Amino acid sequence: MSLRTRELASLVVVGLVVSCGFASAYIAQEEVVSSASLSYGLFFLGLYLVAHVIARLTVPNADPYLLPMAVLLSGMGATEIYRLDENDAFRQGLWIVVGLGAFAATLVLLRDDFRKLESYKYIFGLAAVGLLLLPIVPGLGSTVNGARLWVDVGPLHFQPGELAKILLIVFLAGYLREKREVLAQFRLKDLGPLLLIWGAAMLVLVVTNDLGGGLLYFGIFLAMLYVATAQVWFVAAGLVLFLGGAAAVYMAIPRVQQRVQIWLDPWDDAYGQGYQTVQSHYAMANGGFGGTGIGKGTFTDSAGHQLIPYVNTDFIYSALAQELGLIGISAFLLLYMLFAARGFRIALLAQDGFSKLLAVGLTFAFTLQAFIIIGGIVRLIPLTGITLPFVSYGGSSIVANFVLLAGLLLVSNRANEGLRQ
Amino acid sequence: MNHQISRLAVASLVLVISLIVGTTYWQAWAAPDLADRRDNAIKVVAQFTIKRGAILAADGSVLARNRPRRVSGRTFYFRRYPARERFAHAVGYSTQARSRAGLEQSRNDFLTGANANLSTLLDTTLDRLRGATIEGNDVITTLRPVPQRVANQALAGQCAAAAALEPKTGKVLVMASSPSYDPNLVERNFSRIQRGAGPCGVAPLLNRASSGLFAPGSIFKVITASAALDSGTYSTASTFVDPGYCVEYGQRVNNYDTSTPFGTVSFTQALVNSINSSFCEMGKKLGPEKILDYARRYGFYADPPVDLPSGERAPSGLYKAGKLLPRSQESRADPGRLAFGQERMLVTPLQMAMVAGAIANRGVVMKPYMTDRVRKPDGTQLVKMKPHELRRAVKTETADKIAAMMEGVVSGGTGTAAQIPGVRVAGKTGTAETGRQGRNTTWFISFAPVDDPKVAVAVVLQNQSGTGGSTAAPIAKQIMEAILRTPSKRAD
Repeated sequence: MSLRTRELASLVVVGLVVSCGFASAYIAQEEVVSSASLSYGLFFLGLYLVAHVIARLTVPNADPYLLPMAVLLSGMGATEIYRLDENDAFRQGLWIVVGLGAFAATLVLLRDDFRKLESYKYIFGLAAVGLLLLPIVPGLGSTVNGARLWVDVGPLHFQPGELAKILLIVFLAGYLREKREVLAQFRLKDLGPLLLIWGAAMLVLVVTNDLGGGLLYFGIFLAMLYVATAQVWFVAAGLVLFLGGAAAVYMAIPRVQQRVQIWLDPWDDAYGQGYQTVQSHYAMANGGFGGTGIGKGTFTDSAGHQLIPYVNTDFIYSALAQELGLIGISAFLLLYMLFAARGFRIALLAQDGFSKLLAVGLTFAFTLQAFIIIGGIVRLIPLTGITLPFVSYGGSSIVANFVLLAGLLLVSNRANEGLRQ
Repeated sequence: MNHQISRLAVASLVLVISLIVGTTYWQAWAAPDLADRRDNAIKVVAQFTIKRGAILAADGSVLARNRPRRVSGRTFYFRRYPARERFAHAVGYSTQARSRAGLEQSRNDFLTGANANLSTLLDTTLDRLRGATIEGNDVITTLRPVPQRVANQALAGQCAAAAALEPKTGKVLVMASSPSYDPNLVERNFSRIQRGAGPCGVAPLLNRASSGLFAPGSIFKVITASAALDSGTYSTASTFVDPGYCVEYGQRVNNYDTSTPFGTVSFTQALVNSINSSFCEMGKKLGPEKILDYARRYGFYADPPVDLPSGERAPSGLYKAGKLLPRSQESRADPGRLAFGQERMLVTPLQMAMVAGAIANRGVVMKPYMTDRVRKPDGTQLVKMKPHELRRAVKTETADKIAAMMEGVVSGGTGTAAQIPGVRVAGKTGTAETGRQGRNTTWFISFAPVDDPKVAVAVVLQNQSGTGGSTAAPIAKQIMEAILRTPSKRAD
């Protein structure tokens, strides 16, 4: 069976799983459902088949399991969002269409050789910083929940940080590929531009108040630096730097102190600052081993008020955990693990440094982002509001992650072609 | 670079595994504790998706029913209490904002179908699996609406309480506490209830029949008489000389009315006329331990074992600074004042109804209960409560002798206001003086008919200027009459 046929077979299986999930959410709310709702499901299946055809035409030798896993994750996310708020699900659906468009565009544009990106690495770096700075521009940016992360252009409400993440990875892959030998010698001169870019990014994050983003970008930076130079010292020094920075931020920003306090004991202020976390714990606990079943969880009180604020963005994981139970959500987490494993496999198989670094960066960004938000929800680390890749409600996140997927497929395609020759 | 990539892959693996471990903690390890937390809104919501069973009076009239309301695709069952203030303290309430009280709390397992009875558990589990609405069981009480209304009306505007039992079974027929409240207001208009405290200065939510503590005054003489006669220290033939006072610790303890001493009196006359000096003598001879031992036999020093939540019941006994006096200090209690119901003795109306009921039931205290039957949603009977003997307080002969004396109280003593034409009534008055005008606590405990007791009642009123015989006895009479006139019907 060819790679693409395997992908198609997996997509059919995933399509069945998502349809079942969607149907059970539909049945659980039969009183408020319109007959149009089920056609969403069919529409998406068709859409994913189009994505498959594009992959078949542009990257015939790419890994066959990444697209079906992304479909499964985004399908589960859309189903859960549908179950929480039908209108949000419609918008999420539109964003998935846009995301798949970006996916197709990336594949088509870069199908010959994505490595040409390497020549434009500084442009990517500057563009990333520019995108990160965009929300600060007066008249463009808007603040949601204390973080200045959004850009409003007409009716569009966009979070440029998500796209900046990918541009940053491209820049780092190019830059580190070029400088890895000299960097390994620890000369300050060579580290300069790197530290400059990083410092700028950190500054932007402090200004925009996006703590989760800061942790994510810094983690990606350290991981790629380590892979490029094999110097554990970089990681150690980076962690020290990070902890020092974190302590400074803790002292300086009251919002961070609050977050840490909630992390340590959310019940201390269960109806105030800790409310969201406490309700999310109750939501997860209510799921138990087997879960309540999709559509059968409790997310509103008897007056119809939402129990967990931001349940379909930051806290979609709690909602899924309640309805799928420990068994289902563990499978869900294993899906992330599997996606990461395929990503790292692509990095291992890639023949040139830029491809390897690009694949590692994209894969680790995906994994770390999931860890930061879920780790915050289960209170392994303090909570920071970032999206769960492919699952959370949010346009920028969906589009960025489909571009990330396209990037991995491009690297994989080239690596597998190389293996065949 | 492949070496580093492999290491990073392992690190990522560890990250995801730590997420699985973290999630396991919340969904498996911590879940039971979280489910029990009071601020867990999900569990509150779940409770209100259960079609809670109704609570019915003995005649089948509805005391608590459901009012379903659909909110965002789910049906919630909220409570309505058609009897409003009348049964507020016995039935209680079930709300989201203020949790539960009364039978709504103590019988929550039956009402929500969560009771661990094999057949219903199977039904509810199947319902849950099918996703159907869980239906609770109906609770049919022993409470009687007509006498309850009589009691409520008689106590209205006063700081008072009343309890009536069926002596032979322990069924609670009436449980009234004034001021009362409308349980329908608990969810949304709680502040209105709190404003209803009135002159008593106590929260209307307090069930004063089962948890209100009052100085007993002379009704406690029934217990002293029990100790005196049952222990054989005295007999009905014993006589006392009443000088109008009793000397204790070198000081005079006066009768209620010192102007006309009774002279030489019999045991019966001492009780019928409620002569403090005679009981003071008795107390000094018996000692505080013996008197309190008999009080314990009647159920003192334990929460009245009625089916109300433990927070809504209080034990009767000697109190010091809001707590029961430790047993080690009981020997130092003043026996003379204790014997006629002073000292630091505090009692609940329900406990005193149990004392009257025990005398009526020839010495055996019955466990008081309000839940008569539990009925499944399909109408079949799930549980039928059986009368339960708590213990024998006094010998049959002792009880009969005291009953005869108490009949004398009503026929020609301090409690003549409780006479019912054609019915033999036995009773005992009590007036606990606070030394301030209009601040007496007055009591009447009684049972009827003496030859075949159907009702035992205790009535207490606060802030009175009269005596138990003039204030509480007429109310006790009304309640007894109402119960004797309206025999219990079986509700089906």
